[in-house]
Amino acid sequence: MCSSTVKLDITISTGSKVPIYKQITDQIWLAVAGGKLAVGDQLPSVRVLAEDLVVNPNTIAHAYADLTRDGLIESRAGRGVFIVHKRQVFTPEEAWRRLEPLLDAAIGEAMALNFSHDELKEAFEKKLGQWKAAMKGKPSDE
Amino acid sequence: MNEPPAISVRDLTRYYGSKPAVEGLNLDVPRGSVFAFLGRNGSGKTTTIRMLLGLVQPTRGRGSILGHDIRNLPTEARARIGYLTEEHQLYGWMNVRECGEFQSRFYPRWNEKIFRSVAGHFNLQMTTRVKHLSRGERAGLCLGLTLAPEPELLIMDDPTLGLDPVASRALIESMIFLTRRSGRTIFFSSHQLADVERVADKIAILDRSVLRVCCPLETFRQSVQRVRLRFSGTPPPPVPAIPGLLQAVRTEGELRLTCVNYGAAAEKALRALAPAELERVPLSLEDAFISYLGDRGEKSFILAETESETEAQP
Repeated sequence: MCSSTVKLDITISTGSKVPIYKQITDQIWLAVAGGKLAVGDQLPSVRVLAEDLVVNPNTIAHAYADLTRDGLIESRAGRGVFIVHKRQVFTPEEAWRRLEPLLDAAIGEAMALNFSHDELKEAFEKKLGQWKAAMKGKPSDE
Repeated sequence: MNEPPAISVRDLTRYYGSKPAVEGLNLDVPRGSVFAFLGRNGSGKTTTIRMLLGLVQPTRGRGSILGHDIRNLPTEARARIGYLTEEHQLYGWMNVRECGEFQSRFYPRWNEKIFRSVAGHFNLQMTTRVKHLSRGERAGLCLGLTLAPEPELLIMDDPTLGLDPVASRALIESMIFLTRRSGRTIFFSSHQLADVERVADKIAILDRSVLRVCCPLETFRQSVQRVRLRFSGTPPPPVPAIPGLLQAVRTEGELRLTCVNYGAAAEKALRALAPAELERVPLSLEDAFISYLGDRGEKSFILAETESETEAQP
């Protein structure tokens, strides 16, 4: 009990089309992808997270079981649950599936703002360039 | 888990005159589950709960609760069951502490710490008189009185009815808290599907006195599916006979179906309509529930227990 668990910033929406266990796994994947969680970080126990999020402990257990199955976390007897994996966070199919709605949303908004096809392309290229410059010099993942 | 269920009823039936309130109910509530009992108003939930507690005699059928016959519940068993009613018998002139003291005399096992902690959770002052409590505070007091004897089985009839969101959340939190001790069972009726989604692991749905669904919450969600078919140019053809069809909506270029137990056979029948696009659309619990109990479509499908429980809890 010497190591401290990380605080998970998870939001649960009831009434969503996404079941709660899936909301939890999605947000943990995103936190890892976004660097908010790193390999070796300890997640709260099922019980603690259940009380924190006010959801049935079995739902948390379901989410953790899925994450364990997918190799993101590992339960170490008597010590807790840890992030163990970082590379290739999503399968290529899953990555594309996630990218699509983001692109749709951005393009949809942009269309509503009357941007032309070419202007959008140009803006996208420019942004990519800015990101590339910003990322330069940062250590890449393994 | 080979423990006998916390609640088990077979063919439980109650008529009021010639009208059935509950008809042929078979139900097992496993120990340790948080079991939501759902259905529209007048579907028979309250009558069922009252039969379980021996407050209403069944016309037919039998049931057991914590292993005891519901027709003859011994006092010892009663003390292990917490029943949260909307109107707990409270004396207006007592203050919160006195209510606790009064109630504790009826229970050999009374945990004052739990009473105080639930009261604290609802921000109750020990010296406030019952008659000066708000509705949410009264609910908190009743919950404290119900939980302090550490019931093995907690039965609640629409516990969040009329509560504001804060009190309602406090109640839900207390339910989660109760599951800390393993083997504690919660059986509650509710119309608040958001609460159900948070806390329940199993659900049963009564519809006009008859049990329609009894399965894990997740199984229900997966069983009720919406499928959207798009047609280009031509208006959608008439809906073929698909097993499990609940609702069908036809619009200009689109056919939207809600089905239960949607599977390969149904999908094949729909593909035969040659839609330009066929897409499964996820449903929220509420949409699934409304589609299931809504007026359109056939409704004779009982979902069986299909999923094995996930018990793993690190």
